[in-house]
Amino acid sequence: MFFGGLLMLTVGAAIMGLYATSATGSHWTLTPVQARLFSGFLALIALLAWITVLLGAYVIYPWYRAHAPAGTLDLSGYPQRLLMSKPSTTGWHDIGMEWKEHIAWFAPISLTVVAYLFSRYGKDLHALKSVRRAIFGLIALAFFATCVAAFFGAMLNKFAPVRGGSVITLMHEESHDE
Amino acid sequence: MSDPDEGASANGAGAAAVLAAGIGGCVLGLCALAGDASASIGHLFNIWNPTGPLSGVTSAAILAWLVAWGLLSRHWSGRRVNLGRINLISALLMVVGLLLTFPPFMDLLQGK
Repeated sequence: MFFGGLLMLTVGAAIMGLYATSATGSHWTLTPVQARLFSGFLALIALLAWITVLLGAYVIYPWYRAHAPAGTLDLSGYPQRLLMSKPSTTGWHDIGMEWKEHIAWFAPISLTVVAYLFSRYGKDLHALKSVRRAIFGLIALAFFATCVAAFFGAMLNKFAPVRGGSVITLMHEESHDE
Repeated sequence: MSDPDEGASANGAGAAAVLAAGIGGCVLGLCALAGDASASIGHLFNIWNPTGPLSGVTSAAILAWLVAWGLLSRHWSGRRVNLGRINLISALLMVVGLLLTFPPFMDLLQGK
């Protein structure tokens, strides 16, 4: 959720930056230093998107889809099984997780291409209408994909929190034994 | 379709990146549908068991995207292409990919 939320914020900021510097009629012409910095910012966002989907798919998702041993009655440690155990929550897996696990991958692909296009054509975007349209189309798609994945991620975590293994412990309950 | 950037310098490398993204998105949707519709294909996509078929579906899409990008770049680099048309094709491919990842649409196609 941290990475997803950060990605939404940074993609939003990138959309504003791209619009401010490349829209028709804009008087903001990037200096070479500003263009390099913004290009680096877009590359970092693409990297963040890759880290987010890779962590999601290869660290969090295995915890989510863990199989409960036969006869397990307490399914709280098995989020997918917990959601699918009741008709009222099965939709969160069937639609929410099934869509989220795939749509999220549109973001890093799109953002990588956006970073590449800006690094190559960034200083001429005022004049290159088709490149500008491609950049805005791709970054809008990335923002949509990120929003869908983040929304369902938050909702799924609300209904069936992914707690992970026993190794990662961030907080301990305070002891009042005295 | 007319190219709004007519007269500008070579844009082939950019067009290759845009079309490759569309191809990657479309392959992602097609693989997701295939993995969902057929148990044997789903099993084939299961290249890392903890993540299941998702590992193969996304790896195939990333591979298709990168291969398409490399091939198109080699073909179009230094050339001028109609980027307006490429944008439209890429957008259509992305829409197909998005629809195929949407579970109710997937189920509709499979008659579930």
